[in-house]
Amino acid sequence: MIKELIVIALGAILIENFVLVKFLGICPFLGVSKKVETALGMGMAVTFVMVLASLITWLIQTFILDYFHIEYLQTIAFILVIASLVQFVEMVIQKMSPTLYQALGVYLPLITTNCAVLGVAILNIQKEFNFINAIVYGGGAAIGFTLAIVLFAGVRERLELSDIPKPLQGFPIALITAALLSIAFLGFQGLKF
Amino acid sequence: MINEIVAPVLSLGGLGLAFGSLLAYASKKFAVEVDERVPKVTEALPGANCGGCGYAGCGAFAVAVVEGRAPVDGCPVGGAACASAVAEIMGVTVEQSERKVARVLCHGTKDKAREKYEYYGIEDCVAASKLGGGGKSCAYGCTGLGTCVKVCQFDAIKIENGVAVVDAEKCTACGKCVSACPKNIIELVPESQATWVMCKSKDKGKDVKEHCDVGCIGCKICEKTCKFDAVHVIDNIAIIDYDKCVNCSQCVVKCPKKIIHGKPEIKKAYIHEDACIGCTICSKQCKFDAIEGELKAKHKIIEEKCVGCEQCVVKCPKKCIEMR
Repeated sequence: MIKELIVIALGAILIENFVLVKFLGICPFLGVSKKVETALGMGMAVTFVMVLASLITWLIQTFILDYFHIEYLQTIAFILVIASLVQFVEMVIQKMSPTLYQALGVYLPLITTNCAVLGVAILNIQKEFNFINAIVYGGGAAIGFTLAIVLFAGVRERLELSDIPKPLQGFPIALITAALLSIAFLGFQGLKF
Repeated sequence: MINEIVAPVLSLGGLGLAFGSLLAYASKKFAVEVDERVPKVTEALPGANCGGCGYAGCGAFAVAVVEGRAPVDGCPVGGAACASAVAEIMGVTVEQSERKVARVLCHGTKDKAREKYEYYGIEDCVAASKLGGGGKSCAYGCTGLGTCVKVCQFDAIKIENGVAVVDAEKCTACGKCVSACPKNIIELVPESQATWVMCKSKDKGKDVKEHCDVGCIGCKICEKTCKFDAVHVIDNIAIIDYDKCVNCSQCVVKCPKKIIHGKPEIKKAYIHEDACIGCTICSKQCKFDAIEGELKAKHKIIEEKCVGCEQCVVKCPKKCIEMR
């Protein structure tokens, strides 16, 4: 049981890293990765939302969509759930913990349409996970996202100070870096448990 | 059949309704009271989030203003218009302050300043200045690696021939470059101040000559030339007191190294004779003896002597002197 959970989590973090192997959530990966600090903030917010989203979407799928045999409404139902969940969480955090809101607040609305969150919700169902496995997979995927974006931000901070050929400055060199990072993560493909 | 339509409509509609009412309830239950002036002040600010005011962004500055921690004219970017808009929201008045621009006090370009070594390293002035003060042999000179260019959010600084140059029109005086420059050679200067010394070297004259063709050698000619007591050589560098300087450009003309920046064109004073009452105030005011004329007689400008310092224009009670 424990071993199964570890395998799921490690698989989501390293072998099937959402950003670098599955290419989900590329938008925030490129958009908010100029500083390690903001990248970490984004990662925390995504972790928070992904775990909650896997939890709730699994319940919705099992008790509403499967029950009424309307699985074809999965996408629209999940988007509805994730969007309102993020809104709700934002309001609660703003009231309960202004400090946490200061740290996450800017990034929360951005996550509403992050495809990694919708991706993890749908993959949970496709892989026919049970409730606990779904939450662990969601958490693992989010930690994988955080790992990728923080690593990438670290590299980009150094790129800022390097002498880069003019045609490659800015996004071109960022995309090349992302590709190299992705190739590096291919090395984990061989991991077997 | 009917079930296939009703079930999805009801379940999805139900979900929507449930989440909608949850959010509606939450927005009431978890409402955070915000001073209504905060969004108004935020609206009045430029919204560049540059941090020139010392706060994290325009939003943080707006909160600080409303709470009374920051002055209403604390935004250096928005200028007078923004300050008065904020002051109106806050119900206070604000004194007008003149727009400032950043200026780089070095123009030792590659062809004029000598290099002591060729720098191949991190493209950053701070890193370079830690390696024996950077590539230029002058310890006070602009390293030209563009740390100021990177921090400028308004695209107002460019590196031209190894020296940073500020575009006065784009500059918003947010002060980011001033604090970023490791050589401390960027200063905020009032926009109308056309005369400034383009060097910051405190080296002795002989050393300056070795390092750079356009460095201040501390010869004090400007100090002797100035009739307004506005230039002084302190620590081997000429420093202009911007409060006293009237931009008469005499020091600009006399400087043997041509390192004092002056106004682009020198205008001469002209007296409209029909309005002149012959009060002699202007001729007493003129420090260059460029105005002649007896009491009760029409005054005249001696064009060769006039340097265009505009002091007579300011003092004329009839406002009959014009610069042209």
